[in-house]
Amino acid sequence: MKILVCIKQVPDMESKFKIDVAGTWYAKTDLAWRMNEYDEYAVEQAVQLKEQVKDADLTVLCIGSDQVKETMKKALAMGCDRGAHITDDNAAGKEPFEIAGIIAEYAKGKSFDLIFTGMQSQDRGSAQVGVLVAEMLGLPSVSTVVHFAYDGGSVVAKRELEGGIKACVKVQAPVVITCQLGMNTPRYPTLPNIMKAKKKELLSIPVQDLLKIDARQGTVKMYFPEKKGGGLVLEGDMAEMADKLIKILKDKTAVLA
Amino acid sequence: MKLLLIAESREGKLLGGTYELVAFAAKMNAESVMFLVGDEGVLPKYDGKLYLADGKTVGEYNPDVHKQLVLDVIAQENPDMVALSHSSYGWDLAPRIAYALKAAQVSEVVDVVGGELVVPVCNSKLRCNVKAKTAKTVVTLQAGAFGLSDEPSGTPVVEKIVARGGNQVQFTGYEQAASGGVDLGKAQVIVSAGRGIGKPENVAMIAALAKALGGEYGASRPVVDSEWVEHNRQVGTTGQTVTPKLYIACGISGAIQHLAGMKKSEFIVAINTDKDAPIGDVADVLVVADLKHFVPLLTEKIKSL
Ligand SMILES: Cc1cc2nc3c(=O)[nH]c(=O)nc-3n(C[C@H](O)[C@H](O)[C@H](O)COP(=O)(O)OP(=O)(O)OC[C@H]3O[C@@H](n4cnc5c(N)ncnc54)[C@H](O)[C@@H]3O)c2cc1C
Repeated sequence: MKILVCIKQVPDMESKFKIDVAGTWYAKTDLAWRMNEYDEYAVEQAVQLKEQVKDADLTVLCIGSDQVKETMKKALAMGCDRGAHITDDNAAGKEPFEIAGIIAEYAKGKSFDLIFTGMQSQDRGSAQVGVLVAEMLGLPSVSTVVHFAYDGGSVVAKRELEGGIKACVKVQAPVVITCQLGMNTPRYPTLPNIMKAKKKELLSIPVQDLLKIDARQGTVKMYFPEKKGGGLVLEGDMAEMADKLIKILKDKTAVLA
Repeated sequence: MKLLLIAESREGKLLGGTYELVAFAAKMNAESVMFLVGDEGVLPKYDGKLYLADGKTVGEYNPDVHKQLVLDVIAQENPDMVALSHSSYGWDLAPRIAYALKAAQVSEVVDVVGGELVVPVCNSKLRCNVKAKTAKTVVTLQAGAFGLSDEPSGTPVVEKIVARGGNQVQFTGYEQAASGGVDLGKAQVIVSAGRGIGKPENVAMIAALAKALGGEYGASRPVVDSEWVEHNRQVGTTGQTVTPKLYIACGISGAIQHLAGMKKSEFIVAINTDKDAPIGDVADVLVVADLKHFVPLLTEKIKSL
């Protein structure tokens, strides 16, 4: 069995963001980077599937500059067999259709039985890439999956809907699955596995070799949203803030009366 | 400009996003037609043409069948834009339609300014204005971003359509969220724990503050996913929607899916180390502090009142 899992490196969302010089994306300096949260579930599910079926070959794909290799190493330490690094210094400037096109071009003809992606990225959050990859490859796809089971070529999955309701579906592999938060418990790489990961194959493929389509949308500008509401901000000494807050709750709500 | 609005229904019930699509069409100053797989007895209030496929015959959401139905309507109506809700239905179906139409898809639109579509980035900390380069555009709309100023009204002119083609994904049934246990809906005060609590042992300090205020404790999704708190205490789109007199969000960043579940609370306090956390947009008071120190202190002071 051949499995592909696609991951993205994203900044920590608690970072202090700045806009880049071009004014169309956030500046990449002074940020802490990590694996997109949704993709951690995708990697874990892919590794679990590999462990289940035994004779599987699991590739992790990531598009970006050299810096994304750090995140790929985590996926390798979690249990992926090989990395396919699509080298691109302008991955952030590409829209979901281009990203999906690159992945589909890579996957074409490689007969993956299962392709896992996160349901969305934490920065752009389009929720398009996984489903688009499937459409481009002519495969079925199931998005927003919180439960996945595989048995001899058939997949049983649960999609999460609003209100916590789940839609249960059945589909035959090959299939693309987009992974939602809480799907499993992503493992922490152990030290021996981190050491082993260093020796795993990490292919490097220039993005020009795979990008065969044009962008369908462009960003005019990026900016900080105007602060609405303008609630009160308390800063400083803990005890003073607690006293102030209690006074406000007494004045403005009935809960301390 | 002509829009095709993809309304949404589940088990014969029309879902709320439908009227947000109508509001979006109004904001775009566009003429529109609507598409729905649903029940003839539960039609949306809408002054316009409605292409209706019978939900009972078609069955619950199936990507291939719904895509084909939408494409058939597009072939007939030739709209410039197709609009869906950014929901589990919309974000699943939209890329399929966009791909078939060779159209750009712009996800989670929150506004339209001068013909440019406004979308959130990085948990709403940033925004982008984007423009499609294609003849047709597919958009999904963030829940709650577009609202009708008046009550929805009108009776649609229904044109029935029938499904054709097979499907690769078989729907086998719904699984309801586990019920029972605490009813957050009844609580006057809810104190919620977010990922910022750091470890499961700290749920206790959130519960203690809730108790001191005579309320219940809730949680954001990561805290529930990590199984530190049970799912019936989760606040948000995939949990409970609550409107207590007081909501205190501890270590919660304020993702749109969390806000959807609590932003109508009467009074909102956020305790967060990040002054720029989006929860600040809905909070009446934002306390910039480490909750691990602030929450126990606040609890003690309240107890000694
Ligand atoms: C389809 C879908 C449905 C979803 N449904 C829901 C839902 O129903 N409910 C829900 O909550 N989420 C839901 N989510 C997830 C949502 O997008 C966010 O990932 C989630 O709400 C984040 O939870 P959080 O704020 O606790 O964690 P984070 O976003 O990680 O935020 C943690 C916050 O804690 C602060 N912090 C850290 N340490 C401290 C400290 N010591 N003291 C004070 N503050 C601290 C940080 O500054 C940060 O703001 C859904 C997502 C999707 C895609």
